[in-house]
Amino acid sequence: MAVKVLIPTPLQKLTNDQATVECSGETISALLESLESSCPGIKARLCDEQGKLRRFVNFYVNSEDIRFLDNENTALKDGDEVSIIPAIAGG
Amino acid sequence: MTATYTRTSQSAFEALQCKECGAEYEPKATHVCELCFGPLEVKYDYDWLRKTVTRETIQAGPNSIWRYRPFLPVATDNVIDVGTGMTPLLQANRLARRLGLKKLYIKNDAVNMPTLSFKDRVVSVALSRARELGFTTVSCASTGNLANSTAAIAAHAGLDCCVFIPSDLEAGKVLGTLIYGPTVMAVHGNYDQVNRLCSEVANTHGWGFVNINLRPYYSEGSKTLGYEVIEQLGWQLPDHIVAPLASGSLFTKIYKGFKEFVEVGLVDEKAVRFSGAQAEGCSPIAKAFQEGRDFISPEKPNTIAKSIAIGNPADGVYAVDIARKTNGNIESVNDAEIIEGIKLLAETEGIFTETAGGTTIAVLKKLVEAGKIDPDETTVVYITGNGLKTQEAVQGYISEPFTIEPKLDSFERALERSRTLDRLEWQQVLV
Repeated sequence: MAVKVLIPTPLQKLTNDQATVECSGETISALLESLESSCPGIKARLCDEQGKLRRFVNFYVNSEDIRFLDNENTALKDGDEVSIIPAIAGG
Repeated sequence: MTATYTRTSQSAFEALQCKECGAEYEPKATHVCELCFGPLEVKYDYDWLRKTVTRETIQAGPNSIWRYRPFLPVATDNVIDVGTGMTPLLQANRLARRLGLKKLYIKNDAVNMPTLSFKDRVVSVALSRARELGFTTVSCASTGNLANSTAAIAAHAGLDCCVFIPSDLEAGKVLGTLIYGPTVMAVHGNYDQVNRLCSEVANTHGWGFVNINLRPYYSEGSKTLGYEVIEQLGWQLPDHIVAPLASGSLFTKIYKGFKEFVEVGLVDEKAVRFSGAQAEGCSPIAKAFQEGRDFISPEKPNTIAKSIAIGNPADGVYAVDIARKTNGNIESVNDAEIIEGIKLLAETEGIFTETAGGTTIAVLKKLVEAGKIDPDETTVVYITGNGLKTQEAVQGYISEPFTIEPKLDSFERALERSRTLDRLEWQQVLV
Protein backbone atom coordinates (compact mmCIF):
# COMPACT_ATOMS: atom_id res chain seq x y z
CA MET A 1 0.00 0.00 0.00
CA ALA A 2 1.13 3.55 -0.67
CA VAL A 3 0.51 6.76 1.23
CA LYS A 4 1.45 10.18 -0.11
CA VAL A 5 3.24 12.34 2.46
CA LEU A 6 3.43 16.13 1.98
CA ILE A 7 6.77 17.38 3.30
CA PRO A 8 7.05 20.96 4.61
CA THR A 9 9.83 23.20 3.29
CA PRO A 10 12.05 23.00 6.41
CA LEU A 11 12.33 19.21 5.96
CA GLN A 12 12.85 19.08 2.23
CA LYS A 13 16.64 19.05 2.64
CA LEU A 14 16.12 15.49 3.89
CA THR A 15 13.97 14.48 0.92
CA ASN A 16 16.26 15.66 -1.90
CA ASP A 17 14.06 18.79 -2.17
CA GLN A 18 10.99 16.67 -2.87
CA ALA A 19 7.71 18.18 -1.57
CA THR A 20 5.99 14.78 -1.55
CA VAL A 21 7.23 11.33 -0.66
CA GLU A 22 5.51 7.96 -1.16
CA CYS A 23 5.60 5.79 1.95
CA SER A 24 3.82 2.84 3.47
CA GLY A 25 2.53 1.94 6.93
CA GLU A 26 -0.61 0.74 8.65
CA THR A 27 -0.48 3.59 11.15
CA ILE A 28 1.20 6.99 11.59
CA SER A 29 3.82 5.32 13.81
CA ALA A 30 4.61 2.77 11.09
CA LEU A 31 4.62 5.53 8.48
CA LEU A 32 7.28 7.39 10.49
CA GLU A 33 9.52 4.31 10.34
CA SER A 34 8.96 4.00 6.59
CA LEU A 35 9.73 7.71 6.15
CA GLU A 36 12.92 7.34 8.21
CA SER A 37 14.18 4.46 6.08
CA SER A 38 13.71 6.43 2.85
CA CYS A 39 14.81 9.79 4.30
CA PRO A 40 17.32 9.06 7.10
CA GLY A 41 17.28 11.62 9.90
CA ILE A 42 13.74 12.82 9.38
CA LYS A 43 12.26 11.01 12.38
CA ALA A 44 14.56 12.82 14.80
CA ARG A 45 13.21 16.11 13.50
CA LEU A 46 9.60 15.07 13.96
CA CYS A 47 9.83 13.13 17.23
CA ASP A 48 11.45 13.82 20.58
CA GLU A 49 13.88 11.57 22.43
CA GLN A 50 10.99 9.42 23.70
CA GLY A 51 9.76 8.88 20.16
CA LYS A 52 6.64 11.03 20.65
CA LEU A 53 5.67 13.56 17.99
CA ARG A 54 7.05 16.98 18.88
CA ARG A 55 4.45 19.44 20.15
CA PHE A 56 4.91 21.92 17.30
CA VAL A 57 4.35 19.33 14.58
CA ASN A 58 0.86 18.72 13.22
CA PHE A 59 -0.06 15.59 11.25
CA TYR A 60 -3.17 15.46 9.08
CA VAL A 61 -4.64 12.40 7.39
CA ASN A 62 -6.82 13.39 4.45
CA SER A 63 -7.07 16.89 5.95
CA GLU A 64 -8.07 15.73 9.46
CA ASP A 65 -5.79 16.45 12.42
CA ILE A 66 -4.71 13.11 13.89
CA ARG A 67 -5.46 14.47 17.37
CA PHE A 68 -9.13 14.24 16.39
CA LEU A 69 -8.48 10.67 15.22
CA ASP A 70 -6.24 8.21 17.05
CA ASN A 71 -3.01 10.21 17.29
CA GLU A 72 0.05 8.12 16.33
CA ASN A 73 -2.15 5.01 16.18
CA THR A 74 -4.37 6.52 13.47
CA ALA A 75 -4.91 3.85 10.81
CA LEU A 76 -3.85 4.46 7.23
CA LYS A 77 -5.06 2.89 4.01
CA ASP A 78 -3.90 2.80 0.42
CA GLY A 79 -4.22 6.21 -1.25
CA ASP A 80 -4.36 8.26 1.94
CA GLU A 81 -2.66 11.64 1.97
CA VAL A 82 -0.68 12.68 5.04
CA SER A 83 0.31 16.34 5.55
CA ILE A 84 3.04 17.38 7.96
CA ILE A 85 2.48 21.01 8.96
CA PRO A 86 4.40 23.13 11.45
CA ALA A 87 2.28 25.02 13.98
CA ILE A 88 1.21 28.40 12.63
CA ALA A 89 0.42 31.71 14.32
CA GLY A 90 -3.14 32.92 14.39
CA GLY A 91 -5.12 35.15 12.10
CA MET B 1 23.85 26.74 13.30
CA THR B 2 25.24 30.27 13.40
CA ALA B 3 23.81 33.26 11.61
CA THR B 4 26.22 35.53 9.77
CA TYR B 5 23.79 38.35 9.07
CA THR B 6 25.23 41.72 10.06
CA ARG B 7 22.68 44.02 11.56
CA THR B 8 22.24 47.61 10.49
CA SER B 9 22.32 50.74 12.61
CA GLN B 10 18.53 51.17 12.43
CA SER B 11 17.48 48.07 14.31
CA ALA B 12 18.92 45.79 16.98
CA PHE B 13 17.69 42.65 15.30
CA GLU B 14 20.46 40.16 14.68
CA ALA B 15 19.10 36.76 13.74
CA LEU B 16 16.26 34.32 14.11
CA GLN B 17 16.43 31.93 17.02
CA CYS B 18 14.46 28.81 17.90
CA LYS B 19 12.34 29.39 20.99
CA GLU B 20 12.71 25.72 21.93
CA CYS B 21 16.33 24.65 21.27
CA GLY B 22 18.07 28.01 20.74
CA ALA B 23 19.44 27.25 17.24
CA GLU B 24 20.11 30.43 15.27
CA TYR B 25 19.20 31.16 11.66
CA GLU B 26 19.75 33.84 9.06
CA PRO B 27 16.85 36.33 9.12
CA LYS B 28 15.21 35.09 5.95
CA ALA B 29 11.59 34.09 5.21
CA THR B 30 11.38 31.13 7.53
CA HIS B 31 9.50 30.38 10.72
CA VAL B 32 10.34 26.86 11.86
CA CYS B 33 13.46 25.37 13.41
CA GLU B 34 14.88 22.73 11.10
CA LEU B 35 16.11 20.72 14.07
CA CYS B 36 13.11 20.54 16.40
CA PHE B 37 10.20 22.28 14.61
CA GLY B 38 10.05 24.93 17.34
CA PRO B 39 8.91 28.44 16.38
CA LEU B 40 11.57 30.97 15.40
CA GLU B 41 11.76 34.31 17.14
CA VAL B 42 13.72 37.46 16.40
CA LYS B 43 16.87 37.87 18.45
CA TYR B 44 18.12 41.36 19.37
CA ASP B 45 21.30 43.01 20.61
CA TYR B 46 20.09 44.36 23.93
CA ASP B 47 23.48 45.82 24.82
CA TRP B 48 23.26 48.05 21.78
CA LEU B 49 19.68 49.02 22.63
CA ARG B 50 20.71 49.88 26.20
CA LYS B 51 23.38 52.26 24.89
CA THR B 52 21.36 53.72 22.05
CA VAL B 53 17.72 54.08 23.02
CA THR B 54 16.33 56.49 25.62
CA ARG B 55 12.84 57.67 26.52
CA GLU B 56 13.71 60.90 24.69
CA THR B 57 14.75 59.19 21.44
CA ILE B 58 11.48 57.26 21.47
CA GLN B 59 9.39 60.34 22.19
CA ALA B 60 11.12 62.19 19.36
CA GLY B 61 10.00 59.50 16.90
CA PRO B 62 6.85 59.37 14.77
CA ASN B 63 3.39 59.12 16.32
CA SER B 64 3.13 55.47 15.26
CA ILE B 65 4.63 52.07 16.06
CA TRP B 66 7.77 53.19 14.24
CA ARG B 67 8.81 55.28 17.26
CA TYR B 68 9.98 51.87 18.53
CA ARG B 69 11.95 51.30 15.34
CA PRO B 70 15.16 49.87 16.95
CA PHE B 71 13.05 47.14 18.64
CA LEU B 72 11.43 46.02 15.37
CA PRO B 73 12.91 43.57 12.83
CA VAL B 74 13.25 45.73 9.74
CA ALA B 75 16.80 46.35 8.62
CA THR B 76 16.50 49.59 6.68
CA ASP B 77 14.59 52.83 7.11
CA ASN B 78 12.31 51.89 4.24
CA VAL B 79 9.37 51.03 6.52
CA ILE B 80 5.68 51.18 5.72
CA ASP B 81 4.26 53.79 8.09
CA VAL B 82 0.53 54.25 7.64
CA GLY B 83 0.05 55.81 11.07
CA THR B 84 -0.45 52.48 12.80
CA GLY B 85 -0.29 52.45 16.56
CA MET B 86 -0.34 55.04 19.36
CA THR B 87 -3.99 54.29 19.94
CA PRO B 88 -5.69 55.77 23.02
CA LEU B 89 -5.19 54.38 26.50
CA LEU B 90 -8.43 55.49 28.15
CA GLN B 91 -9.06 55.59 31.85
CA ALA B 92 -12.32 53.62 32.01
CA ASN B 93 -13.89 55.16 35.10
CA ARG B 94 -17.52 54.28 34.37
CA LEU B 95 -16.74 50.66 33.55
CA ALA B 96 -14.46 50.51 36.59
CA ARG B 97 -17.24 51.75 38.88
CA ARG B 98 -19.68 49.27 37.38
CA LEU B 99 -17.27 46.42 38.10
CA GLY B 100 -15.97 47.68 41.44
CA LEU B 101 -12.43 48.48 40.27
CA LYS B 102 -10.45 51.64 40.94
CA LYS B 103 -7.81 51.94 38.22
CA LEU B 104 -8.95 50.43 34.96
CA TYR B 105 -7.60 51.37 31.54
CA ILE B 106 -8.71 50.35 28.06
CA LYS B 107 -6.05 50.10 25.36
CA ASN B 108 -8.29 50.84 22.41
CA ASP B 109 -7.07 49.23 19.19
CA ALA B 110 -10.64 49.30 17.90
CA VAL B 111 -9.51 52.62 16.43
CA ASN B 112 -6.11 51.50 15.17
CA MET B 113 -5.26 52.61 11.63
CA PRO B 114 -5.83 51.85 8.86
CA THR B 115 -8.28 48.96 9.37
CA LEU B 116 -9.44 49.23 13.00
CA SER B 117 -7.72 46.28 14.62
CA PHE B 118 -4.36 45.51 16.25
CA LYS B 119 -3.46 43.51 13.16
CA ASP B 120 -2.33 46.73 11.48
CA ARG B 121 0.64 46.66 13.85
CA VAL B 122 1.83 43.19 12.90
CA VAL B 123 1.15 43.65 9.19
CA SER B 124 3.05 46.96 9.02
CA VAL B 125 6.10 45.16 10.35
CA ALA B 126 5.61 42.01 8.26
CA LEU B 127 5.14 43.83 4.96
CA SER B 128 8.06 46.18 5.64
CA ARG B 129 10.23 43.09 6.10
CA ALA B 130 8.57 41.33 3.14
CA ARG B 131 9.61 44.18 0.88
CA GLU B 132 13.18 43.98 2.17
CA LEU B 133 13.24 40.25 1.50
CA GLY B 134 12.12 40.87 -2.09
CA PHE B 135 8.56 39.56 -2.04
CA THR B 136 6.19 41.07 -4.57
CA THR B 137 3.11 39.06 -3.49
CA VAL B 138 1.94 38.87 0.10
CA SER B 139 -0.67 36.64 1.62
CA CYS B 140 -2.19 35.34 4.85
CA ALA B 141 -4.69 32.98 6.41
CA SER B 142 -7.15 35.06 8.36
CA THR B 143 -10.28 35.16 10.47
CA GLY B 144 -10.94 38.60 8.97
CA ASN B 145 -8.94 41.32 10.70
CA LEU B 146 -5.61 40.11 9.37
CA ALA B 147 -7.04 39.92 5.84
CA ASN B 148 -8.35 43.52 6.15
CA SER B 149 -4.97 44.71 7.27
CA THR B 150 -2.84 42.74 4.82
CA ALA B 151 -5.00 43.87 1.89
CA ALA B 152 -4.99 47.53 2.96
CA ILE B 153 -1.30 47.86 3.73
CA ALA B 154 -0.31 45.83 0.64
CA ALA B 155 -2.38 48.28 -1.42
CA HIS B 156 -0.56 51.20 0.19
CA ALA B 157 2.82 49.57 -0.42
CA GLY B 158 2.04 48.53 -4.01
CA LEU B 159 2.36 44.80 -3.30
CA ASP B 160 0.19 42.12 -4.89
CA CYS B 161 -2.05 40.41 -2.36
CA CYS B 162 -3.96 37.14 -2.14
CA VAL B 163 -5.68 36.31 1.16
CA PHE B 164 -7.43 33.19 2.43
CA ILE B 165 -10.42 33.33 4.79
CA PRO B 166 -13.08 30.90 6.02
CA SER B 167 -16.16 31.31 3.79
CA ASP B 168 -18.52 32.07 6.71
CA LEU B 169 -16.91 35.27 7.99
CA GLU B 170 -18.88 38.35 9.01
CA ALA B 171 -19.89 40.50 6.01
CA GLY B 172 -18.07 43.56 7.36
CA LYS B 173 -14.80 41.72 7.44
CA VAL B 174 -15.19 40.32 3.93
CA LEU B 175 -16.15 43.70 2.47
CA GLY B 176 -13.36 45.32 4.46
CA THR B 177 -10.90 43.14 2.59
CA LEU B 178 -12.41 43.17 -0.91
CA ILE B 179 -12.44 46.98 -1.09
CA TYR B 180 -8.64 47.08 -1.35
CA GLY B 181 -8.68 44.90 -4.45
CA PRO B 182 -6.78 41.77 -3.41
CA THR B 183 -7.57 38.25 -4.59
CA VAL B 184 -9.73 36.72 -1.85
CA MET B 185 -10.04 32.96 -1.46
CA ALA B 186 -13.06 32.09 0.72
CA VAL B 187 -12.41 28.52 1.81
CA HIS B 188 -15.09 26.06 2.87
CA GLY B 189 -13.68 25.22 6.28
CA ASN B 190 -12.75 26.71 9.63
CA TYR B 191 -9.71 28.85 10.30
CA ASP B 192 -7.48 25.90 11.17
CA GLN B 193 -8.27 24.28 7.84
CA VAL B 194 -7.57 27.54 6.02
CA ASN B 195 -4.27 27.77 7.85
CA ARG B 196 -3.30 24.25 6.85
CA LEU B 197 -4.09 24.99 3.21
CA CYS B 198 -1.99 28.16 3.36
CA SER B 199 0.91 26.26 4.81
CA GLU B 200 0.75 23.94 1.81
CA VAL B 201 0.47 26.90 -0.59
CA ALA B 202 3.45 28.53 1.11
CA ASN B 203 5.46 25.44 0.25
CA THR B 204 4.71 25.75 -3.44
CA HIS B 205 4.43 29.52 -4.14
CA GLY B 206 7.10 32.09 -3.50
CA TRP B 207 4.80 34.39 -1.60
CA GLY B 208 5.31 36.14 1.69
CA PHE B 209 2.69 34.75 4.08
CA VAL B 210 2.59 37.15 6.98
CA ASN B 211 1.55 34.50 9.50
CA ILE B 212 3.59 31.64 8.05
CA ASN B 213 7.03 32.24 6.51
CA LEU B 214 7.12 35.87 7.74
CA ARG B 215 5.71 34.98 11.15
CA PRO B 216 8.82 35.79 13.24
CA TYR B 217 8.77 39.39 11.94
CA TYR B 218 4.97 39.75 11.90
CA SER B 219 4.48 38.70 15.50
CA GLU B 220 6.99 41.27 16.73
CA GLY B 221 4.54 44.05 15.81
CA SER B 222 2.41 43.03 18.80
CA LYS B 223 5.17 44.09 21.17
CA THR B 224 4.22 47.69 20.48
CA LEU B 225 1.02 47.09 22.46
CA GLY B 226 3.28 46.56 25.46
CA TYR B 227 5.57 49.52 24.75
CA GLU B 228 2.72 51.97 24.23
CA VAL B 229 1.00 51.09 27.47
CA ILE B 230 4.25 51.66 29.39
CA GLU B 231 4.75 55.01 27.71
CA GLN B 232 1.12 56.07 28.14
CA LEU B 233 1.14 55.16 31.83
CA GLY B 234 4.01 57.64 32.27
CA TRP B 235 6.80 55.08 31.82
CA GLN B 236 5.37 52.60 34.28
CA LEU B 237 4.22 49.03 34.06
CA PRO B 238 0.63 48.19 34.97
CA ASP B 239 -0.14 45.64 37.71
CA HIS B 240 -2.39 43.40 35.64
CA ILE B 241 -3.32 43.03 31.98
CA VAL B 242 -6.23 41.21 30.39
CA ALA B 243 -6.01 40.32 26.70
CA PRO B 244 -7.84 38.06 24.25
CA LEU B 245 -6.24 34.75 23.28
CA ALA B 246 -6.45 33.43 19.73
CA SER B 247 -3.16 31.72 18.84
CA GLY B 248 -1.64 33.16 22.02
CA SER B 249 0.91 35.21 20.05
CA LEU B 250 -0.38 38.66 21.07
CA PHE B 251 -0.28 37.67 24.75
CA THR B 252 3.30 36.44 24.57
CA LYS B 253 4.44 39.52 22.68
CA ILE B 254 2.93 42.00 25.15
CA TYR B 255 4.92 40.08 27.75
CA LYS B 256 8.05 40.28 25.60
CA GLY B 257 7.51 44.03 25.12
CA PHE B 258 7.32 44.63 28.86
CA LYS B 259 10.42 42.50 29.50
CA GLU B 260 12.42 44.29 26.81
CA PHE B 261 11.74 47.77 28.18
CA VAL B 262 12.85 46.58 31.61
CA GLU B 263 15.88 44.84 30.10
CA VAL B 264 17.15 48.00 28.38
CA GLY B 265 16.43 50.22 31.37
CA LEU B 266 13.50 52.25 30.01
CA VAL B 267 11.18 51.30 32.89
CA ASP B 268 11.55 49.97 36.42
CA GLU B 269 10.92 46.29 36.91
CA LYS B 270 7.63 45.25 38.48
CA ALA B 271 5.58 42.08 38.59
CA VAL B 272 2.74 42.24 36.06
CA ARG B 273 -0.05 39.66 36.14
CA PHE B 274 -1.16 38.35 32.74
CA SER B 275 -4.73 37.13 32.29
CA GLY B 276 -6.21 35.81 29.05
CA ALA B 277 -9.70 35.58 27.58
CA GLN B 278 -11.23 32.90 25.35
CA ALA B 279 -14.71 32.05 24.15
CA GLU B 280 -16.15 28.85 25.61
CA GLY B 281 -16.88 27.60 22.09
CA CYS B 282 -13.14 27.60 21.38
CA SER B 283 -11.10 27.57 24.57
CA PRO B 284 -8.20 25.13 24.18
CA ILE B 285 -5.78 27.47 25.99
CA ALA B 286 -8.15 28.14 28.89
CA LYS B 287 -8.76 24.40 29.31
CA ALA B 288 -5.02 23.61 29.33
CA PHE B 289 -4.51 26.33 31.95
CA GLN B 290 -7.37 25.18 34.15
CA GLU B 291 -6.50 21.50 33.87
CA GLY B 292 -2.82 22.12 34.63
CA ARG B 293 -1.67 20.71 31.29
CA ASP B 294 1.50 21.62 29.40
CA PHE B 295 0.04 20.73 26.04
CA ILE B 296 -2.92 22.05 24.07
CA SER B 297 -5.67 19.70 22.90
CA PRO B 298 -7.05 21.16 19.67
CA GLU B 299 -10.77 21.91 19.32
CA LYS B 300 -13.28 22.48 16.54
CA PRO B 301 -14.56 26.01 17.10
CA ASN B 302 -18.22 26.90 17.65
CA THR B 303 -18.61 30.49 18.83
CA ILE B 304 -19.63 33.93 17.60
CA ALA B 305 -16.14 35.15 18.54
CA LYS B 306 -14.70 34.14 15.18
CA SER B 307 -11.64 36.37 15.27
CA ILE B 308 -10.25 34.42 18.25
CA ALA B 309 -11.68 31.02 17.29
CA ILE B 310 -8.42 29.19 16.70
CA GLY B 311 -8.76 25.57 17.65
CA ASN B 312 -5.09 24.74 17.22
CA PRO B 313 -3.26 27.71 18.78
CA ALA B 314 0.45 27.72 17.94
CA ASP B 315 1.55 29.81 20.91
CA GLY B 316 -0.96 28.36 23.36
CA VAL B 317 1.63 26.61 25.54
CA TYR B 318 3.61 29.82 25.90
CA ALA B 319 0.48 31.76 26.88
CA VAL B 320 -0.34 29.17 29.55
CA ASP B 321 3.21 29.41 30.87
CA ILE B 322 3.08 33.21 31.12
CA ALA B 323 -0.30 33.21 32.88
CA ARG B 324 1.02 30.69 35.40
CA LYS B 325 4.34 32.32 36.16
CA THR B 326 2.81 35.80 36.52
CA ASN B 327 0.04 34.59 38.84
CA GLY B 328 -2.59 35.45 36.23
CA ASN B 329 -5.58 33.49 34.96
CA ILE B 330 -7.13 32.28 31.71
CA GLU B 331 -10.91 32.16 31.60
CA SER B 332 -13.61 31.57 29.01
CA VAL B 333 -17.15 32.95 28.62
CA ASN B 334 -20.15 31.88 26.58
CA ASP B 335 -21.65 33.69 23.58
CA ALA B 336 -24.40 35.39 25.62
CA GLU B 337 -21.77 36.75 28.00
CA ILE B 338 -19.71 37.95 25.01
CA ILE B 339 -22.66 39.99 23.72
CA GLU B 340 -23.21 41.42 27.20
CA GLY B 341 -19.51 42.30 27.28
CA ILE B 342 -19.78 44.19 23.98
CA LYS B 343 -22.81 46.12 25.29
CA LEU B 344 -21.22 46.83 28.66
CA LEU B 345 -18.14 48.40 27.08
CA ALA B 346 -20.26 50.40 24.63
CA GLU B 347 -22.69 51.69 27.26
CA THR B 348 -20.07 52.59 29.86
CA GLU B 349 -17.17 53.82 27.76
CA GLY B 350 -18.50 54.58 24.28
CA ILE B 351 -16.35 51.93 22.61
CA PHE B 352 -17.94 49.52 20.13
CA THR B 353 -15.78 46.44 20.01
CA GLU B 354 -16.01 43.23 18.04
CA THR B 355 -16.66 39.86 19.66
CA ALA B 356 -13.02 39.41 20.78
CA GLY B 357 -13.37 42.59 22.84
CA GLY B 358 -16.72 41.42 24.20
CA THR B 359 -15.01 38.22 25.26
CA THR B 360 -12.25 40.15 26.99
CA ILE B 361 -14.65 42.45 28.88
CA ALA B 362 -16.81 39.47 29.90
CA VAL B 363 -13.74 37.65 31.20
CA LEU B 364 -12.64 40.81 33.05
CA LYS B 365 -16.06 40.86 34.75
CA LYS B 366 -15.82 37.17 35.58
CA LEU B 367 -12.35 37.58 37.08
CA VAL B 368 -13.46 40.56 39.19
CA GLU B 369 -16.51 38.66 40.47
CA ALA B 370 -14.29 35.71 41.37
CA GLY B 371 -11.95 37.98 43.34
CA LYS B 372 -9.10 37.34 40.89
CA ILE B 373 -8.46 41.01 40.17
CA ASP B 374 -7.59 43.24 43.09
CA PRO B 375 -9.67 46.47 42.90
CA ASP B 376 -6.54 48.49 43.69
CA GLU B 377 -4.51 46.99 40.84
CA THR B 378 -3.79 49.18 37.83
CA THR B 379 -5.45 46.95 35.24
CA VAL B 380 -5.15 47.38 31.47
CA VAL B 381 -7.61 45.64 29.18
CA TYR B 382 -6.67 45.20 25.54
CA ILE B 383 -9.47 45.83 23.03
CA THR B 384 -8.13 44.60 19.71
CA GLY B 385 -10.87 45.07 17.10
CA ASN B 386 -13.83 47.21 16.05
CA GLY B 387 -17.50 46.25 16.38
CA LEU B 388 -18.51 47.83 13.08
CA LYS B 389 -17.00 44.79 11.36
CA THR B 390 -19.06 42.24 13.27
CA GLN B 391 -22.49 43.84 13.51
CA GLU B 392 -24.23 40.49 12.99
CA ALA B 393 -23.09 39.43 16.45
CA VAL B 394 -25.30 41.96 18.24
CA GLN B 395 -28.20 42.23 15.85
CA GLY B 396 -31.39 41.26 17.66
CA TYR B 397 -29.86 41.97 21.06
CA ILE B 398 -29.95 45.75 21.04
CA SER B 399 -32.79 48.30 21.10
CA GLU B 400 -34.25 49.64 17.88
CA PRO B 401 -35.01 53.29 17.10
CA PHE B 402 -38.45 54.82 17.77
CA THR B 403 -40.10 55.49 14.44
CA ILE B 404 -42.05 58.72 14.70
CA GLU B 405 -43.96 61.18 12.54
CA PRO B 406 -42.41 64.59 11.91
CA LYS B 407 -44.74 66.06 14.55
CA LEU B 408 -44.04 67.27 18.07
CA ASP B 409 -46.77 65.17 19.69
CA SER B 410 -45.44 62.01 18.02
CA PHE B 411 -42.02 62.77 19.44
CA GLU B 412 -43.45 63.46 22.92
CA ARG B 413 -45.38 60.17 22.95
CA ALA B 414 -42.26 58.22 21.93
CA LEU B 415 -40.16 60.01 24.54
CA GLU B 416 -42.72 59.15 27.21
CA ARG B 417 -42.69 55.55 26.11
CA SER B 418 -38.88 55.42 26.14
CA ARG B 419 -38.95 56.56 29.77
CA THR B 420 -41.32 53.83 30.81
CA LEU B 421 -39.14 51.10 29.41
CA ASP B 422 -36.01 50.23 31.26
CA ARG B 423 -33.30 48.30 29.56
CA LEU B 424 -34.44 44.94 30.85
CA GLU B 425 -37.89 45.50 29.40
CA TRP B 426 -36.31 46.54 26.16
CA GLN B 427 -34.58 43.26 25.95
CA GLN B 428 -37.84 41.43 26.59
CA VAL B 429 -39.53 43.45 23.86
CA LEU B 430 -36.83 42.98 21.30
CA VAL B 431 -35.34 39.54 21.79
